[in-house]
Amino acid sequence: MTDQEKHLQDLKEIRSLMEKSSKFVSLSGLSGIITGVVALIGAALAYYRLQQHWMQSDGGRFAEYSSFVHNTIPVQLGWSNLVFDLVAIACGVLFVAVVASTYLTVKTAKKNGQSMWDKSSQLLAVNMMIPLAIGGVFALIMIKQDLFGLVAPVTLIFYGLALINSSKYTLHDIRYLGFAEVILGLMNAASIGYGIFYWAIGFGLLHIIYGVLMYFKYERK
Amino acid sequence: MKGIIAHLNKAFENRIRLGIMSVLLVNDTVEFNRMKELLDVSDGNLASHISALEKEEYVLVQKQFVGKKPNTTYKVTKLGKKAFEDHLTALEKLLKG
Repeated sequence: MTDQEKHLQDLKEIRSLMEKSSKFVSLSGLSGIITGVVALIGAALAYYRLQQHWMQSDGGRFAEYSSFVHNTIPVQLGWSNLVFDLVAIACGVLFVAVVASTYLTVKTAKKNGQSMWDKSSQLLAVNMMIPLAIGGVFALIMIKQDLFGLVAPVTLIFYGLALINSSKYTLHDIRYLGFAEVILGLMNAASIGYGIFYWAIGFGLLHIIYGVLMYFKYERK
Repeated sequence: MKGIIAHLNKAFENRIRLGIMSVLLVNDTVEFNRMKELLDVSDGNLASHISALEKEEYVLVQKQFVGKKPNTTYKVTKLGKKAFEDHLTALEKLLKG
């Protein structure tokens, strides 16, 4: 090996160690795709559940529907069956997405020789959780205040901020996904009532697109 | 050419030392076990290279006890950071030249 080659090798190693020791790069693109698909199924279920609710017998629910969509007057839904079902669907989606992503990420981490629970993944988790938890509590308060129209924009915006905030600790690409989620959330806030539509795009479609891009960029070799 | 080579720091000639400095430059503090895992080296090997860097005052070694277990963490000093960055610049110049 010539000196030149040795120095080049040294630089390569330095760069890889700097990245490996400070960033968690084993997020799997496939987990993005699965999360997206599960979110789309969830959105379809929620849409179906809402339709079923508004179609029920009396037709007196039309006023409720229009105020729900246009948020003219707060709908007094409280913790009704409908809200309970919608929250249950959301929790189900979250659960499946987290389990599937964790499984796939463990697999990718093993392949990369990176340990799943080290300093870098802890930093990633903490920095992701701070905006997510605040956004989650904020969304629950919105439900409690009967401001349903704000739930979707709030969750999209805070999720986007969580991604932007944690992009320092993982693949830089999630920063762009974060900005896209925030923009969608703001658009949704400007057209309240289309929450399910924006949710399906933000948590469904964008995750699938992101997952496919990441898969081709980093995993398929 | 000779002028540039003179800028390469002898203290970083070893692979493991380069590795230690790389990790310390992007992390505030790093524990012994984590460093071992990242560099994939033996205890003794790591300890001897760390103490060489400590002698140059490039690395700060902090020993403390977590419960009853000794816990050693490493930090890069200002001097070490400067020295390593100069070394990297020299390496890059050498490759370009």
